Amino acid sequence: MASFFDIRARQAAAAATASSSKQQTPTQDNRLQPWVEKYRPKSLDDVTAQDHTVTVLRRTLQSANLPHMLFYGPPGTGKTSTVLALAKQLYGPELIKSRVLELNASDERGISIVREKVKDFARMQLSNPPAGPAGEEYRKKYPCPPYKIIVLDEADSMTQDAQSALRRTMETYSKITRFCLICNYVTRIIDPLASRCSKFRFKSLDEVNAGKRLQDIAKLENVPLEDGVVDTLLRCSEGDLRKAITFLQSAARLVGVVQAAPAADKKRKRAKIDDDEDEDVMDVDQPSSSNLVTVRSIEDIAGVIPTNTIDNLLTAMQPSSKGTVYGRVSKAVEDLVAEGWSATQIVTQMYEEIVIKDDTTGDWQKARIVLCFSDVDKRLVDGSDEHLTILDLCLQVAGILGER
Amino acid sequence: MALLVDKHRPRTLETLTYHSDLSARLRSLAASGDFPHLLIYGPSGAGKKTRITATLRALYGPGVEKIKIDSRVFQTSSNRKLEFNIVSSNYHLEITPSDVGNYDRVVVQDLLKEVAQTQQVDLSAKQRFKVVVINEADHLTRDAQAALRRTMEKYSPNLRLILLANSTSNIIAPIRSRCLLVRVAAPTEEDIAGVLARVGKKEGYKSCEPLERRIAKDSGRNLRRALLMFEAVHAQNDNVTEKTQIPPPDWEALIEVIAKEMIEERSPQRILQVRAKLYDLLTHCIPATTILKTLTFKLMPKVDDALKSDIVKWSAFYEHRIRMGSKVIFHLEAFVAKFMRLYEGNLMGMDMDFDD
Repeated sequence: MASFFDIRARQAAAAATASSSKQQTPTQDNRLQPWVEKYRPKSLDDVTAQDHTVTVLRRTLQSANLPHMLFYGPPGTGKTSTVLALAKQLYGPELIKSRVLELNASDERGISIVREKVKDFARMQLSNPPAGPAGEEYRKKYPCPPYKIIVLDEADSMTQDAQSALRRTMETYSKITRFCLICNYVTRIIDPLASRCSKFRFKSLDEVNAGKRLQDIAKLENVPLEDGVVDTLLRCSEGDLRKAITFLQSAARLVGVVQAAPAADKKRKRAKIDDDEDEDVMDVDQPSSSNLVTVRSIEDIAGVIPTNTIDNLLTAMQPSSKGTVYGRVSKAVEDLVAEGWSATQIVTQMYEEIVIKDDTTGDWQKARIVLCFSDVDKRLVDGSDEHLTILDLCLQVAGILGER
Repeated sequence: MALLVDKHRPRTLETLTYHSDLSARLRSLAASGDFPHLLIYGPSGAGKKTRITATLRALYGPGVEKIKIDSRVFQTSSNRKLEFNIVSSNYHLEITPSDVGNYDRVVVQDLLKEVAQTQQVDLSAKQRFKVVVINEADHLTRDAQAALRRTMEKYSPNLRLILLANSTSNIIAPIRSRCLLVRVAAPTEEDIAGVLARVGKKEGYKSCEPLERRIAKDSGRNLRRALLMFEAVHAQNDNVTEKTQIPPPDWEALIEVIAKEMIEERSPQRILQVRAKLYDLLTHCIPATTILKTLTFKLMPKVDDALKSDIVKWSAFYEHRIRMGSKVIFHLEAFVAKFMRLYEGNLMGMDMDFDD
């Protein structure tokens, strides 16, 4: 990290005019940048919680040899971050543009692209690290190994054909090119490709590490957090750190911590151009207590339904003597739908309450309840009417619960 | 002569009546200069669109209300020409990509790119970015949504999106995680009654609180519908009282008739009669889902408690089939037949469950 700025400073001294104008542009937009991008790990050491992978990769930094890689794991666990950090450490800021090709699902990635773009890049000669005394220094900092890296992000959304077209390319140019495939579901990668790569599994982040990261970011951004906000963030994001950071940023925006009035804004921007290096010290003005990020606001952004609303529905579903089950349930469901809660969220939270947390229901009943859930989920994905579907789910579950 | 709904639509964030903390949030977002992409969701008639228009006004000033309608022609990859209407002002565009069905991806890609690549023309504009409002975002195809993903990141300095949807279920997770989610809940019955009273006063109608309450209740917490009903009642009766009938929409009345017929007699002949009515509804462009849903809720009070959960079950089942299948009348009729059998079975005291 320090070395990174170090080298930057040196280059700035060498080519004063050119590089300083180059550096201004990113810092200017820095404040509006998503925090996810802003706080992406800058080196392998910053990558948290993926010890195994990081150890293996760090060894490759020394030995300058790298296998083809296949990273897989749930979203938001740092797959892309790891490979970007690795690339940064291998090549440094100068070479990274010519040595790394990153393609993700939003780029067109049919078979034609694999044939042309990927193949062309794979076949290209290696670009040279900078020459002269500055280059010596540069090579000392960054190993600059003699191969390029092609990162195929979200490789599981590539078509089978496109994947097949990769096979031979991977082997033919393996002298000068390494591939890194990144995906969520390793089963969607065809076997011939998978067998050519060494696989790294990324596990879900544990709460301690993720929590620490969130707190760091909040501190750097000067966002005051209420007690328990971090826990809520982690709970709502289900192990997905990217989601958690986005939620945090949205919440900060919503309570108005990040921005000041537009006039002050402009002034700050101009000030920032002058001292462009220290952008981490952002809002110095003391935030008042009203723009505290609260647990409720996080839940609001994440679309999580308040516990008592769900409890209401659950009590309505319990068999009891007064009133009919249908009457109570239909009323509760109607309210939920009118409040605009998303049906998938209702289903997820009900599932958690009924199947996971409730111990009093027997296994046989739970098994049947789970069947209902699966049915309903499929219907919602197909775009069925939410009101009817949720009502159906609740009535069926209530029926099953009533049997005991 | 404008309808009450349009005539008394609040134009600014300050004049919005309910959900005041939401309005306050929107105001602070609009004032901050760091305006995120928004995904607004909530049931229909909750005031999503009104809130957005007001927010846009807060962003750009009254200039956004000068709108014009353009018709644009797009060409698909198979050389088909698509005509597409765009509502636009100097500062924002409003599109309904679901109008063009499966080709929405082309529209989303071409149009947004074009907008995003041009800077704001008006130098005196308050914001550097333009806003594109996408209506019915939950009806966008997966392809179109995937195409949006990249656009949202790449062009974010020039472009902000506001997506309007009824539910977030059909919006893919990457989009959801890039937007600030804003839920607009339906107004409560008190809110609606309050709005009706205020509008009535402005129009010089005689106030009649019980009637307003009844309309609020009947509207199913849909403010647009409540206002339309309110206007209809006053248009049809010069002098409204507590007991004035609220005329239901024609289609609802017809569905009521169908429900009654289904309960009265359960026979193949009756199915034929019902079918004629169903066709009638369908030819008047009432969506099949609405028919099925309304029918189900009309049948509910008329049947035995024991049957209710079964009926909902089959109703949901056939609703799913309608969504998946291509010819809706089959599934509507199947529901009618199923209902008749369930009802008959219950009357006979038999437990007819041999097809589960």
